[in-house]
Amino acid sequence: MAGLVIEREVLIEAPAEVVWRTITQPDQITQWFADRVELELAPGGHGYMGFGDQGGPVVVEVVEPPTRFSFRWNHPDGEEPAVGNSMLVEFTLTPEGDERTRLRVTETGHELRAWPDAEKQRYADEHQGGWADFLDRLATLLAKRPRG
Amino acid sequence: MTGQADDELWSAIGDPSRRQVLDLLVSHGEVSASWLAGRVPFSRQAVSKHLTVLERAGLVSRRKEGREVLYQVQADRLDQATRAMAEIAAQWDRRLAAVKRLAEAAHAADKNRRKREEEPS
Repeated sequence: MAGLVIEREVLIEAPAEVVWRTITQPDQITQWFADRVELELAPGGHGYMGFGDQGGPVVVEVVEPPTRFSFRWNHPDGEEPAVGNSMLVEFTLTPEGDERTRLRVTETGHELRAWPDAEKQRYADEHQGGWADFLDRLATLLAKRPRG
Repeated sequence: MTGQADDELWSAIGDPSRRQVLDLLVSHGEVSASWLAGRVPFSRQAVSKHLTVLERAGLVSRRKEGREVLYQVQADRLDQATRAMAEIAAQWDRRLAAVKRLAEAAHAADKNRRKREEEPS
């Protein structure tokens, strides 16, 4: 599957424990993500995310309350999701004071995971929040180019 | 959910070195691999490898001029890729905004409940 796709974040005026509940409890997840949610909140736990008449299985990868939660999805039917055949969605919660939390989400494919650590670090250094900048810059440059 | 056709594009753009090459091609038009190699912190061989991946993904095309091979970006294809990524980014922004609303409302409710418990009437 794909290489790095996306990295976004938001600053929330609530403690990490509250944000954690919002992103991990099925009755909360249905209010911001999928319509139908089944989730076994443990590493290796299986679940299902339904979006209308679409949807598919997910497999939980990391559960470290209240700072890290990740799952894999978008893997081919009948296969176990693993590095190389699925997308990894990772949530990182960073407390900033008692009542404020920075929530970051990254959605990546296998390439980033397969990079050597030094390369990943370089990527993180260069592109901390810079992904949107890259898109903006490209969009601006493309707009200036004559088409055809 | 992501489409299979987009995966190839994302994979090509997912690497920071390739994005650097793309950046240069977008801003400088048609250039050679040697010209690119003089402007990036990696080898000429690495430049060629990245150009091959970008070409396979349809993001770059090549043309021979005399003894030189010149590369240029395929603007439409790149545009398509960045639009697709921007759409996924926007989708996550909407989801994160909803998480923010829910968590902040839950936090306010928690605080009110605690306050009521501390001040029994």
